[in-house]
Order: sequence, then C-alpha cells, then structure tokens
Amino acid sequence: MTEKNPLLDFRDIHVEVEGKEVIRGVSLRVYSGQIHAIMGPNGSGKSSLSNALMGHPDYSIIKGEAYLDGQNLLKMSADERSHAGLFLAFQYPLAIPGVTVANFLRTALKSHRGKDADMSDFRKIFLKQMDALSIDRSFATRYLNEGFSGGEKKKVEILQMAMLNPKIALLDETDSGLDIDALKIVSNEINRFHNDNNGILLVTHYQRLLNYVKPHHVHVMINGRLVKSGGPELALQLEEKGYDWIEKATRGKVEV
Amino acid sequence: MSDSAKQPNSDLTNLNSDYATKYGFRDPVDYFHKGAKGINHEVVEMISKLKKEPRWMTDRRHEALDMFFSKPIPQWGNTALLNEIDFQNIYYFVKPVEEMSKDWDDVPEYIKKTFDRLGIPEAEKKFLGGVSAQYESEVVYHSMRDDLKKQGVIFLSMDSGLHEQEEIVRKYFGTVVPPTDNKFAALNTAVWSGGSFIYVPPGLDVKIPLQAYFRINIENMGQFERTLIIADKGSRVHYIEGCTAPIYSTESLHAAVVEVIALEGAYIRYTTIQNWARNIFNLVTKRASAYRNATVEWIDGNIGSRLSMKYPCIQLMGEGAKAEVLSVAFAGIDQHQDAGAKVIHAAPNTSSRITSKSISKDNGRASYRGLVKIYKNAVNSKASVECDALLIGEEARSDTYPTMEIDNDQVKVEHEARVSKVAEEQLFYLTSRGLTEDEARLLIVNGFMEPFTKELPMEYAVELNRLIELEMEGTVG
Repeated sequence: MTEKNPLLDFRDIHVEVEGKEVIRGVSLRVYSGQIHAIMGPNGSGKSSLSNALMGHPDYSIIKGEAYLDGQNLLKMSADERSHAGLFLAFQYPLAIPGVTVANFLRTALKSHRGKDADMSDFRKIFLKQMDALSIDRSFATRYLNEGFSGGEKKKVEILQMAMLNPKIALLDETDSGLDIDALKIVSNEINRFHNDNNGILLVTHYQRLLNYVKPHHVHVMINGRLVKSGGPELALQLEEKGYDWIEKATRGKVEV
Repeated sequence: MSDSAKQPNSDLTNLNSDYATKYGFRDPVDYFHKGAKGINHEVVEMISKLKKEPRWMTDRRHEALDMFFSKPIPQWGNTALLNEIDFQNIYYFVKPVEEMSKDWDDVPEYIKKTFDRLGIPEAEKKFLGGVSAQYESEVVYHSMRDDLKKQGVIFLSMDSGLHEQEEIVRKYFGTVVPPTDNKFAALNTAVWSGGSFIYVPPGLDVKIPLQAYFRINIENMGQFERTLIIADKGSRVHYIEGCTAPIYSTESLHAAVVEVIALEGAYIRYTTIQNWARNIFNLVTKRASAYRNATVEWIDGNIGSRLSMKYPCIQLMGEGAKAEVLSVAFAGIDQHQDAGAKVIHAAPNTSSRITSKSISKDNGRASYRGLVKIYKNAVNSKASVECDALLIGEEARSDTYPTMEIDNDQVKVEHEARVSKVAEEQLFYLTSRGLTEDEARLLIVNGFMEPFTKELPMEYAVELNRLIELEMEGTVG
C-alpha cells in the first residue's frame, strides 16, 4: 500500500435530510488499492452517507469537504461526479421502463467517453461481463430493473460498475437480496474489479459479504458517526456480538 | 447542482438549429393554381373541374359543402381554440405542378430539393414499396415497384385512383366516414385533394410497407387529403405516412379523412407519425371497418400542432374481428393534443386493445378521449384500454375522458389509467451514471414511448426519437 494522496477523502461531513441531520461529522480517507467497509445497524446513516457523496439532491451536505482524486466533489453535480470516477451501487436500484439494459449502458458509456462506443467492442465487453456475473444474456434487451428480482438488480449494479470502471466504488448493501451463490459470483466480480488503482467503500449491515471481499479497514457507524475503526477482525467481532456492545461502549462519547 | 448540469449539451443545441433547416424550411413555390381564399360552391366546382372529375364526385362535393355549412363547430373538446379557425381565410386548393410525375427525373428541381432534405430517395432505396409524397395539395411524385404492380397492388394518389379505379372508389368512397359524420369530414369531402388510394387483391401479403410523405408548404393553406385503403379478403398490408411541417406564424388547417376497409380475414396496419408546426390545427377523421376475422391496427404518433383532435376508430363489423390502437401524443408549449381512440364492437367474439400514451411538457396539455362501445349482439367480446400519461414540469396537464358503453354482460372489459411524473429518484439514478439531467430526462421519455417506438420501422423510430429530443430541449423539470 503506497501512502500517496487519497483517492477518496472526506472530512467532517454533515448531511441533512428533510431538515434532519443524519450524518454528523464523518471523515475518511480511501487510498488507491484499498477496500474499506462501513458497518452499522439499520438507520445509522450508512446509506445517507453514500447517497450524499454521490450527489443525491435530497441529501444535502451542510458542512465538510469531499475530494475524489484531488477534485472537489461538492462542487460537482451527480453526472460530473460520475465522470470524475465515482460510482454508487444502489441499495434499491430503480426501474427505468422502456430503457433496455444495453441501451442504458451504451448511453452511460457514451456520456463518459464523449462519443459512442464502437458497437462490436461494446457488445463483446458487455456480453463477457454479463457472462461473468451469470446474468442471462436476455437481460440485455430487458428494461432496466423492471421486474428484476432483488438479486438480479444487484448483479446489474455490479455489471454497471464493471463497465464504467470507476476510481471509487461505493457499494451500498450490495449483499442484501443475494442468495449464497449469487453472493459468491458478485463478490468474485468485485474482487476482479478491484486493483491497485481504484478503491472500494462497502456499506453493509452484515458481515457475510466481507467473507468474500476482504476489507483492509472496517469502520462502525452509529447514529451518524464513525465510532470505531479497525481491521477485518472488527467485522468478525460485530458478527459475534452485534452492535449493542459498541453502542454501549461509545454512548458516552457520542452524545456530547 | 452545478450550473453546467443545467446547460443543454452541444448536441442538443445543434439539433435545435437543425430544426429550422431540416424541418422548418420553405421553398419559394410559384404556385400554379392558387385560388382565392375562402370557401363556397364556386371553389368546389373549380377544384372538381381542374381535376377533371366525374360528375358524381362533383355532386358529392357540393352536397358535402352544404353539410359543412349547416353543421356547427363541435361543442366539445377545446372549443376556445376551435372557434379561432377562420374558414374564409384559408386557401382550399393549391396545385404546384401541372401533372403528376411518375419518374424521379420528371420531378421539378425545387421539389426534389425538398424531398432530398426529407430523405425520401434514401428511404426509397431501402425498402419503399412505393412512394406517394404529397407536396401542397397534389401528389407530385409517385412510384411503385414493378413486382408490387404485377401482383395487382394498386397504390395511387387519391386523384389518380378516382380516374383509374373509378369503380372501386365509387363503391367505397364515403362509406366509412360519411360527410354527415362531422363538420370537418364534410369540409374534407367538399374540397379533398391528394391522399393515397390503395387496393390489395384477395390473399396477397404485401411484405414491404407502403409509404407516403405529407407536407404543408404554404401559409394559410388547408390540407385536405383523402385516403382510402381496401384490403380484400385474406390480404395483408402495412401503410406508413410520416409528416414534417415547416414553421409558420399564421394559422393553418389540416383536416384529413382516412377510410380503411379490411374485408374478411384481411390485416391492415396504418402507421402515422405527424410532426406539425406549432400553429396547425390538425382535425382528422380516421376510421376503419374490420369484417369477419379481419384485423386493423392504428399506430398513431402526434407531435406538434396547435390543436390536434384525432380519435382513430375501428368498427368491428364481423365475428372474430380484432382492433388495436396504439397512440402517443406529445404536447409541448401552448399545444393541446386531444387524442384517443374509438372501438365499436358490433359482432360476437371481437376483441380490441387501446394503448394511449401521452407526454405533456411545460404548459402543454394532453387529453385522452375514448369510446368503447359494445353492442348487445357482440357477445364474448374483449376490450382493454390503457392510458398512460407522463407529466414534465409543474404546469403540464393531462386529462382522461374515457367512455364505455357496454350493452351486454358476456364481455371482458379492462380499463387502466396512470399519470406519472419524471421522478427525481429516476433522474438521480441516471445522472449518477454520468448522464446530464437533460439526457436523463430524454432517456426516461424515450423509454416511456418505447412500446410505441418499437412498433415502427427503424428509420421512423430514429426520426421520432430525434423529434422528441428537439421537443425536450431546454426542459426544466
């Protein structure tokens, strides 16, 4: 691991949703080649953080700074953040009726490259990626997420990640809705995507994804703050003891 | 959201400038027969005389004109806009060239230029079965592949049809849409000019779509084309017409009549995409009769115009007949698309499906107005109606006026209506993948129209998507 400039660097981030502060001062650095995991109970603010970083209009960052590879994320719209190399795999991907998976991905790639991808190149890479994720090829012409099962949606999110090849991938509860076989396939693809030049921030409630995608750092989020950080062993502790013990141990510190 | 996200990208900006050159151009036409404005029996007599029509047609025109005078303007729909039409301030007949050309070489240069810019010769190379492109009130270019001709397909301008196939025209003209039907059908019958005439002999499957392009090219000129399609027993045909119109500042009236007859076991699909200039009143009567085990499908796309009132109708006259109406309407700034469909079940075991999709943007208004009538004898019939409206912007408006008249209880009828907005969440999902908000909105709109677009031949689908792209430009959701 080289200690150069961080790929993703956010400091003292505060996020407000509908007038309520849900993230209350979170800082983190993800260096290239690293995988970080943020774990926490439901409602702790994990998804709010990833949505806010991606630029969701309902999640306003009221304080703090965020940089992607040195570029100020907070001055960018969502599409600019995507072009800068940020990617969010959604917890609940939305259906876009009438827009096929293939057409959507071509349009997205075109927006990234500024020109249309060569059709036969696109086709080749696209089909290869679908095969790798065990997504039936018929999905190419199905409408994006319409009538997909939870697991199919998650696979298609990872398909998009693989095609767009971001610098930083935020994976929001990607493991939820996956059965054990799908979990293995998806984990494989995440590991294949990961290299020394990109970084991953996993957001998850459960430890099970971390059996396959090994994080370098694990952080615990409770009540809108990161209250504890550690190595992969922290995830195992959480699996064993739940979140209660951390909540109890940190309560005094959190409620300032 | 940064400022740059709100700027339309350069592609869209360029497309806008394209609109004027590709769809909004005008040619300086030295009109050959440009009569006076206004309508009376003299005008009707002149039109008929110039066309050297048989007397029975001239008489029909005069009768229809009397009906036109005696009928009031419709008292439903957008009456405020309808009352703006000044019938005495419209040209009723314009004939740009002396004779109809059969060869491309004979077509005058300035008209060729127009067609070149519309892409007609290219389209022909690809899969045209025959071209009948209306320029002004007269068909100036008409060709048909020899093989179709040999098979006995008759594809002519309506004017030539009257001369060359007088028997058939006389037998069917005005039988599906009589002049008594409504004021605009009466007007059309009185002053009709141009349009297509198609007859497909029994059992013949016309594999290539037959196409016609229509175009209005003079201010204050009404266009009153008349189309008659007859598919004889067991035959199949697909007819396509696409319209692009120039941009004008004064009102213009378009009142066409289309009559379609599918005899026993025949299949007819009629595809239209209309892109009228923003000042045009588009008041069209389209109706089909489907006999025993016949199928008629209207695929109808409406973009542009000031006011469109159009309700393609299918009368299911024989047992086992089928009807399908698939329409899409796009209402932009100051536009009202009052569109819908009518299906009349007049025989047992008939079935129909109406799918109506509309998009309203800015202060545009889209209305669905529909009728499903099932007569007492039409037992075991099925009808389904699906209306799907998409609103873009706070001022956009959509209304639904569905009417169901069911006279027997051995039927299956379904009705579904949905109104949706382009959701913030959908936009975020797409922009997070790198699309600008404009691109994301366009993708959502194109997706919404997809059930319609996928029914079109490729080049029409491409053109439609392009037109929608132009219409969507500068939208503030």
